Formats: sequence, C-alpha cells, structure tokens
Amino acid sequence: MSTPAVVLEAARERRRRFAGNNLLVIGCGIVIGLAVLLAAFGPLLAPHDPDAANLGNAYVGPVAGHPLGFDSQGRDLFSRLLTGARTSMAGPFLVVLVSVLSGTTLAVTAAWAGRWVDATISTVLDILFAFPAILLAVLASAVFGAGLTAPTLALAIAYTPYVARVLRGAALRERARDYVAACEVQGLSAFVICARHLVPNLTALIVAQATLLFGYAMVDFAAISFIGLGVQPPTADWGVMVASGQAGVLQGYPMESLTAGLSIVVVVVAVNLLGERLAAKDSEGR
Amino acid sequence: MRSFVARRAAMLVAALLVSSFVIFGSLDLAPGDPLATLTGGRTLPPEAVASLRAQYHLDDPFLTRYVDWLGNAVLHGDLGTSIAFRGTVTSLIGARVGTTLALVAYASLLIILFGVGLGTLSGLRRGALDTGIVATSSVLAAVPSFVAAIILLSVFSVNLGWFPALGAGEGFVDGIWHLTLPAVALALSAMAIVVRVTRVAVRTEMGREHVQTAVSRGIPYSLLVRRHVLRNAAIPVTTVVGITITSLIALSAVVERAFSLDGLGAALVQAALSKDFAVVQGISLVFVAAFVVANVLVDVLYAVLDPRVAMGSRAT
Repeated sequence: MSTPAVVLEAARERRRRFAGNNLLVIGCGIVIGLAVLLAAFGPLLAPHDPDAANLGNAYVGPVAGHPLGFDSQGRDLFSRLLTGARTSMAGPFLVVLVSVLSGTTLAVTAAWAGRWVDATISTVLDILFAFPAILLAVLASAVFGAGLTAPTLALAIAYTPYVARVLRGAALRERARDYVAACEVQGLSAFVICARHLVPNLTALIVAQATLLFGYAMVDFAAISFIGLGVQPPTADWGVMVASGQAGVLQGYPMESLTAGLSIVVVVVAVNLLGERLAAKDSEGR
Repeated sequence: MRSFVARRAAMLVAALLVSSFVIFGSLDLAPGDPLATLTGGRTLPPEAVASLRAQYHLDDPFLTRYVDWLGNAVLHGDLGTSIAFRGTVTSLIGARVGTTLALVAYASLLIILFGVGLGTLSGLRRGALDTGIVATSSVLAAVPSFVAAIILLSVFSVNLGWFPALGAGEGFVDGIWHLTLPAVALALSAMAIVVRVTRVAVRTEMGREHVQTAVSRGIPYSLLVRRHVLRNAAIPVTTVVGITITSLIALSAVVERAFSLDGLGAALVQAALSKDFAVVQGISLVFVAAFVVANVLVDVLYAVLDPRVAMGSRAT
C-alpha cells in the first residue's frame, strides 16, 4: 500500500512548509515589533545622550558600555542607532497612512461612481505615474525647504496612484457583488455602503498593500535623508547616519554607515516578506 | 496596433504637459515671493533682480509665464540661467548628462545580463543553485542603492583596493573602471527583482502544455528552451526590465551623490539644496521627460511582443 504513505508524506510536507512559513512570519513580526518599539521608546532606551559629542572619542571602536563604539564626532553610536529608529520609521509610516487614505478614497469613489468620474480619476492617476517618487520629493524639498514634511507629503502623493490602481480593480469587483445590490435595495446611502460594507471587505488587500508600501517608503525616505534633503543632521536618523558615516568608510571606519544601513535593510526585508505573505494570502482567499 | 501607439502618444503628450505645468507651477507654490525663491534668499544687486524679473516675466500672469517658459524650453532649448553654477541651465545639463547616461546604461546592461541570465538559470534548474539564487535575491531586493554603495565602497575600494572610490575618471576604459561600483550599486536591487520575475516566468512556461507537447515531440532541450520557453517568458520579463530600468533614471541621483559623480542627479540635488530654482526646474523636466518617454517605449515594446495587448485584452 503505497498510496497512504504518499498522502502522509504530502501532508507532512505541507505541514513542514506551513511551519516554515509560520516561523518566517513570526521572525518578521519580531523584527517589525522591535523596530516599532524602538521608534516609540528608542530615545528612552538609549544608554547615552545621542547628541553628546566628544571629539577625543572619534572613530573609537567598541568598548565596555559602548557596544558599537563612536562616530566621527565621538557620539555613542548605539544610542544614535536606537534614537534614529524614530524618524526612520515615523516618516514612512506617515507616507503610507496618507497615501493609503487618499488612494482608497479615490479608488472607491472611482469604482462607485463609474463613468466620467472614474475616467477623470484614472487619467489623473495615470499622469501622476509620470513622476518618480524620488524626483517629486526632491522638487518638494527644493520648494518648501529640506526637512520631514515636504518629502513625506511628496512621497505620499507619488505613492497614491499605486494604491489606487490596485484597489480600484478590487473595489470594482466588490461593487458587482450581490450584497452591495442588497444594501442599495434597502435604501442605504452610497457612503454608508462604502464605509460600512465595501471598504471593510477590502481590508486584507489594503493591509497587504500598506505593508508592501512601507518597505518602499522606508527605502525612498532614507534615500532622501541620505542625499541631504530629508531629516537634517545632527538629528540621529538611519538615512542621515549612512551619509554622515561615509567619510569614515573611506578612512576605513565603516561602523556608522554599515550599522545604520543594515538596520534599514533588516527592517525592509522583514516588512517585504510579511507584505508578500499577506498579499499571497489575500489572493488565495479570493 | 497603430491606434494603440497613437493612444499612448497622446497620453505621453498629456503627461508631459501636466508634469511641466507642475514643475513650473511649484515655483509659485513656494511660500513667499517667487523672486525670493529664485534668488534663494541671496541679496542680489538691483540690476540682477531686475533682469531676473524680466527673464521670468514675473509681472505677467501665471499662464502667460508658463507658456513662455515652455515655449523657450521646447523651441529654443532655453531653460534659464543658473544662479549658483554661473551659466545657462542648458549648458549645465549638456555638461552633466553624459555621466548620468553612461551610469544608467551600464546599470541597465548589468540588469539585463545578470538579472535575466541568473533568473533563467534559476528557473530551468531546480536544486541548491536555485534556492541560493532565490534567497540571495530576496535579500538584495531590499538593499537600497545607497546602502549598497557604502558596502561596495567599504569592501572593494577601501579594503581590497580594486576600484577607485570617487569621481568619474578620464577616458573610456578608466571611465568604465570608475563607473563599475556605482553601476552595481544602482543595479543591485532592480537586478534582484528581475531575477525573481524571470525565474517565475520561465518556470511557468516550463509547466505549460505546449512545452510538454514539445518535449514529447523529442525537440532538443536547447531548442526547446530557446524557441518555446524563452520566447513566451520574454513578455513579462521585458515589462519588468523596462519598468526597473526607467526607475533607475531618478535613482541615479542618489548613487551619484554617494560616489561624488558629477551627473545630472547630483546637480539636481545640489541645486535643490542651494535653492537654484532654474536648475531644479530644468533637470526635473529632463528627468520626467526621460521617464515618461521610456515608459511609453516599454508599453509599445510590450504590445509588439504580445499583440493581444494592442487589441485591448490582457496577457495571462
């Protein structure tokens, strides 16, 4: 009897793959949770003042009490890394929040109203695609000055069409479902149907999109800070730290740039893996 | 097909018009007097202020100024004068565009060569190599270009001393030598994405019925791969290669900053930092135009490869 063995083996394989995937998701969750904790409490957890400079300690390597050593100004690198989580995470978070809100609103409006409203919104979004996110952010900081606000808004605008395009398709599918017709027959207003019934049914897709978007936003936001148009030094921020450590890299002290860069990569990898998993789960459930 | 191209061309013109309007209008969006934005807060002699006022027609209505600016840019290639770089914006762009073009072309070559190559290899062969390529590419896909730049600098130019750290170099061979690390930094994450898409495309085609039929007809493996698998896999692969290469245009600014290259992107960032507005507008216009045109080319190429697209239906 070979069949049961094969079936058992297949079941075992499925379970193993499931467990492997779960481990991956749990790992990603831990990394993201830690990053969020740092963003919230990093400045409190930092053992030293992240901005206290002491040129005598410049480029000194790891010593007791200073696990990562010091940067070019003799500031405690570990404390700066912990503190830097705040702007590095808060910027992309705001970008995702704004673009998901505006993208969802536009997509649902377009899908619900149809006809010329849909045509107008779709055309505007198509044209918005013409602006690469980074370019829009550079333009915005040239106009409104470098800092947190202008690049955040610019990235949010640049990401809106990506959210809206995916959600418009999904909203159109939901719009055609029977429950929407049933709600309309009951005399519910369009706003109530969308807010109470249609959008909640898109939640899984919205969360998956938002997660994937956070990864892109984190990279772009850090890039803007890296080129000097985002968060301004001496504020501890991962993108800023990669840039300010560059002089050290060329002199053979890459600790500041590498630790800040790796922090970005680790969080982005975790967010991407989780986002892909959520997106796959959502398309399976459809 | 012809109407498809015509539609895309109309969309192209519309996108260019709107984006040029946004780029020009952003000057008026800036808080305070446009003149203050143009001078970047510097105090200039009254003659210079008067010439700026005249050059930008600041006393004219907004729409008149926009039409003038766009007309000058398109008809005469005149984008105004830089305050910080001393000279016309057009000559600045002309001097800088070579580096950026070479960088983007080099990175594109790497993406096509290694991205598609490794992806095909990984798609055709199951096993340790495949797993290794998949694992490496999912990590590399998340490495931002500027972090890649730092790691490459630290390893290959500081520790091993194989490549120069900064600058663009002299002459062709030396130039390529200098551009290698920047191009790899620029290409890396896009390459990883191309690897993954190519792998899935090849694997999907390998599982198709027509390929199984070809196998049963006894067609030699290499011919099978070339004629039946790669040709069909080329459709999604071309799209993703096109999209990733167009995304390099704006990203080049970040890499140029990291390696102190004197390209267009570096000039754009420099101008944004010093509020040299004519330069910001000029280079933004060039970047958006390149981006939009490249996108349309990708769309048309997609339609050439897969005629179903031009007929309005989507490939599956």
